[in-house]
Amino acid sequence: MSSKIKHSKWKYVLLGAAAWVSAFLLPQAAHAEYADVVINNYADAAGIRPVVFPHWFHRIRFRCKVCHADLGFEFKAGGNKITMAKIIDGKFCGACHNGEIAWSVENCAMCHSGIPGTPTHFHGSTVQRLIAPAYKPVEQKK
Amino acid sequence: MKLRSKSMLLSFALTLAVAGPACSQGYVEIHSGGVAAKPLSYAPDYTPVDEVAPSEQQVLHVAQVAGVNTFNRNLKVDKMKNAPPPEDGIHDTENEGTFVLQAPIEAYKGLPVSEFGNYVDWVKAIDEKKLAPRWDRVDSSEEPFVMDLDIVREVKASVPDVVFPHRQHTEWLACQNCHPAIFIPQKGANQINMSAILLGQKCGVCHGKVSFPITTKSCKKCHSKPKPANWQPPLSDATLKNPWR
Repeated sequence: MSSKIKHSKWKYVLLGAAAWVSAFLLPQAAHAEYADVVINNYADAAGIRPVVFPHWFHRIRFRCKVCHADLGFEFKAGGNKITMAKIIDGKFCGACHNGEIAWSVENCAMCHSGIPGTPTHFHGSTVQRLIAPAYKPVEQKK
Repeated sequence: MKLRSKSMLLSFALTLAVAGPACSQGYVEIHSGGVAAKPLSYAPDYTPVDEVAPSEQQVLHVAQVAGVNTFNRNLKVDKMKNAPPPEDGIHDTENEGTFVLQAPIEAYKGLPVSEFGNYVDWVKAIDEKKLAPRWDRVDSSEEPFVMDLDIVREVKASVPDVVFPHRQHTEWLACQNCHPAIFIPQKGANQINMSAILLGQKCGVCHGKVSFPITTKSCKKCHSKPKPANWQPPLSDATLKNPWR
C-alpha cells in the first residue's frame, strides 16, 4: 500500500524535521517589559526610529480612562494615526507632553527610541505568542 | 514496508543530529540575584542597573530547562524579568535617549508582586493605596466613579464559572471604554470564548496586552466561582438525538 503512493511519508518526515530545526535556529523574542508598544506607522518612512510607548510608566501615573476615554486613544497598537503635527496641536500625546504636565516634544530621542525596522506591535501580548507570527517582520533598511 | 523502515531510520538519525547538540548545554550558573549586571560592550559609559541586587557569594546550579527538554514549549524558558530599556531588545542602544529612560524595576519598588505580566499586581497596588494614578489629566483630586457589581457568567465547559467584578475595572476605566462597543450592557447579549480573547477581542482587548495576561497561572483570576455540586456537563445534540441513548 505504502509503496504505491510515493513520497507520502517523506513529506511528513521532512516537514517535521524542518519545524524542529527551525525551533532552534529562529531568534528568540525580545524580553521587553510587558505591554510596551512599538508604534511604527510613519516613523521608518520618515527616517526616524519607531516610538516605544511604555504602558507601565504611564499607568503608574494615570488610570486607563485618562488616555483611552478623555484623549481618544483607541485600544489598538498603531490604530491611532498619531503624527507630530497632532501632538504639537495638543492632541494624543501632546495633551500632556506639552512642557506643563510632562516634558515637551523637543526630547525626540526619549520616545523615538526603538530599533529601526521594528514593526508596530504590542510586546508580550497573547497575539504575539501565537505559534504563527501575528505580524510580518519588516525588512530593515541599510 | 521498505519505505516505512527507511523513513523511520531517517527520522531517528535527524533526532540524534538535532537533539544532540541541543541537549549538551547541561545547566547554567545562575547567580542568586537573577540576571548579573554586566557592562555593555556597545555602551562603555553606561552602568547597567542591578536588577535584584545580586550577591556574588551564592551561586545556584539550576537545570536549564531549554537544554534538557527543548521540544516542550510548555516548559518555562529563561526569561529576563523587567529588563531596563537598553537591554530589553526593542530599544535602540545607539540612541542616547534610551539610556535616559527609567528602568521598570526602579518604579516597581514597594508595589505588590504577581506572577505574570509586569510582575506587579496593579489592582492590589491601588487597593492598598500604594499607587494613586490620576483619574483626570490635570486634577489630581478627582476620584473615579466606582461601581461595585459582580457579573457571574456561567461557563459551558467544566472550568469554574467566571465572575466579572465591575469594581476593579471601574477603578481604572470609564464606562464608555467597554460599553457598548466591546460589551453590550445586557444579559446574554455577549458571546465570549477563550479563542476570541486570545485573538484580542472582548476581554482580550486589554487582557493579554496591558492588564494581566492569559497564562495558565491566571485562569483562576476570572474562572473563580466553583461549579455547583450537582453540575453535569451539557450533552451534545448528537447524544440528545440518539434514539438508543
